[in-house]
Amino acid sequence: MENNYLIPYLLLAPFIGGVLVLFINKNKENLIRYFGLAVSLIVFIISLIIYFDFDNADGGFQFLYRFSWIENLNISFYVGVDGLSLLLVLLTTFLTPLTLLSSWSSIDKKVKEFTFFMLMLELGMLGVFVSLDMFLFYIFWEAMLIPMYFIIGIWGGKQRIYASIKFFIYTMFGSLLMLVAIIWLAVYASSSLGYFTTDLVELYKVGPTVPKTIQNYMFLAFAFSFAIKVPLFPLHTWLPDAHVEAPTAGSVILAGVLLKMGTYGLLRFCLPLFPQSSISFAPAISVLAVIGIIYGALVAMVQKDMKKLVAYSSVAHLGFVVLGIFAMNLEAVQGAVIQMINHGLSTGALFILVGVIYERTHTREISEYGGIAKIVPIYAFALLFASLSSVGLPGLNGFIGEFLILLGSFKSTVLNNIWFTVFAASGVIFAAVYLLWMYQRVAFGEVKNPMMNELKDMTKREMLVLLPIFVFIVWIGIYPSTFLKVSEKTVRNILEQVETPHKAELK
Amino acid sequence: MFNNIQEFYNMLPMIIIGAGILVSIVIEMYSRKSEELIAWFSVFIFIAAAIYSLLTVNSTSIILQGMLATGGNVNILYFIFNFGAAIVTLLSLDYIKKYGTYYGEYYILLQSSVLGMMFMAGAKDLFMIFLGLELMSICFYALAGINRKRLNANEASLKYFLLGAFATGFVVYGIALIFGTAQTTSIDLIVAKFQELSGNLLFIAGILLFVIGFSFKIAAFPFHMWVPDVYQGSATTIAGLFSTGGKAAAFSALIVTVGAIFSSTIGNLFEPYLIVISVFSMLIGSIVAIAQEDIKRMLAYSSISHAGYMIIGFAAGNSEGLAGIIFYLAAYTFMNLGAFGIIALIEGKDETNLSIKSYAGLSHRNPLLAALLSVFMFSLAGIPPFAGFFGKYYIFIAAIKAELTWLAILGVVSSAISVYFYLRIVVLMYFKDAEFEISLEKSNTGLFAVIVSALLVIALGVAPGSVINLISSFF
Repeated sequence: MENNYLIPYLLLAPFIGGVLVLFINKNKENLIRYFGLAVSLIVFIISLIIYFDFDNADGGFQFLYRFSWIENLNISFYVGVDGLSLLLVLLTTFLTPLTLLSSWSSIDKKVKEFTFFMLMLELGMLGVFVSLDMFLFYIFWEAMLIPMYFIIGIWGGKQRIYASIKFFIYTMFGSLLMLVAIIWLAVYASSSLGYFTTDLVELYKVGPTVPKTIQNYMFLAFAFSFAIKVPLFPLHTWLPDAHVEAPTAGSVILAGVLLKMGTYGLLRFCLPLFPQSSISFAPAISVLAVIGIIYGALVAMVQKDMKKLVAYSSVAHLGFVVLGIFAMNLEAVQGAVIQMINHGLSTGALFILVGVIYERTHTREISEYGGIAKIVPIYAFALLFASLSSVGLPGLNGFIGEFLILLGSFKSTVLNNIWFTVFAASGVIFAAVYLLWMYQRVAFGEVKNPMMNELKDMTKREMLVLLPIFVFIVWIGIYPSTFLKVSEKTVRNILEQVETPHKAELK
Repeated sequence: MFNNIQEFYNMLPMIIIGAGILVSIVIEMYSRKSEELIAWFSVFIFIAAAIYSLLTVNSTSIILQGMLATGGNVNILYFIFNFGAAIVTLLSLDYIKKYGTYYGEYYILLQSSVLGMMFMAGAKDLFMIFLGLELMSICFYALAGINRKRLNANEASLKYFLLGAFATGFVVYGIALIFGTAQTTSIDLIVAKFQELSGNLLFIAGILLFVIGFSFKIAAFPFHMWVPDVYQGSATTIAGLFSTGGKAAAFSALIVTVGAIFSSTIGNLFEPYLIVISVFSMLIGSIVAIAQEDIKRMLAYSSISHAGYMIIGFAAGNSEGLAGIIFYLAAYTFMNLGAFGIIALIEGKDETNLSIKSYAGLSHRNPLLAALLSVFMFSLAGIPPFAGFFGKYYIFIAAIKAELTWLAILGVVSSAISVYFYLRIVVLMYFKDAEFEISLEKSNTGLFAVIVSALLVIALGVAPGSVINLISSFF
């Protein structure tokens, strides 16, 4: 097998960049900012090269690179991308420069450390998406917690310490159980393969042969870890704390990419490795997903804090994604994939917008605002645009994802119950309620707070941050097949793994 | 004495240390600046012995009429002891001035204890083990109380001595019973007689007593009570040595003696006992550490829980388990010595700055020390990509292969608990501002030692492959 060096470069770039940042004089803050931005743009360009070389017709892993790492345990540094991971890699590399740009002025202390941690975070996230060895995957999955922990803890709000520790211990606990399951699976595989391995591609063959009862335990260990990350109701309580306390850049990355790691894990590991268990747990998890959709929306409705509102909307949106994944047909899973991207874009934009106004007024209380549409028209337009995208207005991206998920779950033979769709669809209406109501209270009406009259509209830099996001929001809304066709073949492959036992069950 | 010159070469690491002790005593008698001179001389012999052991790792042999084994994992353990002792010496150079024990004897005792550790790791005979154990322990008792003017140190030393002597009694009684039933003290001969002796109650009791005596030294439940007091009372560098070299030596003695028993069929007899002490050590260590306000006591409880993880390797009883213990010992030695090293650097005169609160805002005062301590804390917590994670990973593989999945699950639960108190230090250093000013004294040698430990912790975490290959090739 020919080694392709593109993905190692993709991982090396933020690593080397991050280490180099440490050697820049800490007082040269602007130099550090430009350097960090340049590195993240280089990473984005590398990911674009991968995208343009990617063969959509091939559903398997491409750009493979293997380097034997720990021979004794058959662990190798094995990376590659398929349609699913490529989209998430692009999302990561796309959002990272934008978040660095968005925190240009809001992060004014310890800029050097901030840039270092952001680049390390990017490395960790990319590593999670490209790893094809479960040991390697686990290393990135855990190591990524460290930079995020510091970003929340150092640059966060008042309750940052509580939030950062809660975030860390919550996710760590879940992933440790997954570690045991990974080792168990590898040990099990060594009896049928003849050697101990954590190579994902080989384990794909072994996973479905694990006896059902044990498969259930392992599915639960994996799903628990991913469900915490997603977060699936009722494991979501770390999310509002982490989101509210994190700085804007942290929130954007948290919502945009970190939560996707959970849903990515479900698709990459749970479904293909444990298909029988996935099918039998699908209704139960879908119930939790639907509860999450409605609960997230209802709680978002009563929030007084804009950032908390957006945070709870994430719980609802990710509920849709999980429902789509466990409906297990092409429409629903494709919808889930596109919804992951959508949520990254629209919620990312919302968090950036909340950050923009918070930087000026230092308050996120909705009741403090009102009538700002007259004072800052560009900002008000941007907020409306992002909200409508999040609500799922036809013509913008959110609609495509939610529509496909609802369509898929309606016809799903795995769920085999239209009530999931009925209840989930009500979530779409709730989303319109809480977001548009929030918008109404912030942008329209009388100006209650005299301080608001002094508000300055968005700067060119802030517009530059949002513009690319808005371009993609419209693009996905109008012509989603650019993205759908990237993941289609991969999703078909994953579903094939699930279909065989499902058909056997139906008979 | 030697059958051939090769035997001499094979035991050269011990000869280096042994001769070093004699030379040091002479230097101590005639030199005025002996404290400094002996320190550098110690570093030199430790490094020489460590490197020599590593270079001759493949020349396995049994020497001195079947008393000592050389090469293989024995040499890897020699490397761990000697390299660890070199780090302790570098840390001590400036530390003992603050601590008020600026004597040359300090280093001579250190060298002798390392010689004891090496006897234990290489032993092929129960008497050899006992000799090593006593040599190490007696030096340790003296080192714990080396500053006789300090009340804490006296208490630590006395406590350590009384309980340690009691535990040694167990070991001797165990050896006596084993000798009585097997009629030999040679480990190989005893191993050969396992099957026929496995029904002999006295033989089994002898082994159990032996193991109990050593669980005192490795600080495992229920013989862990002395650990926090002794670590807190003795000098920080010495506490670092107790928790790494001392523990590693006791584990190595268990590996060379009962390691073979645990992996045989009669090992099943001991499995429940090992599981119980492992589970309680892990959980008690992790839970009680949360409540500690003194950083040395916290690390003492963390050391108890790490002993628990390593005992999982014995309970699993397979070659992965034993190899895992050795890897874990290497990883644990460097991360824990690093942590104790930073404590020693931050500690002020008269044992001040030892409370956890003194670490608040360290990232502003000294970013380098804060970053290094974070590396050690993350590694101790078992978070990748540091060495501590891979050690746990390997131990858990051993447990799951031995169908002890639930023990591995308890292990990860305990790790998740322990994250809290390790992270608390990081929280204080990075997220909080200092409540009071502390003055930091500079110590270049100490800083150098800590940086070397950190590099090893990262290297063992990122590239554990060659080390684990080397270790498991000898099982």
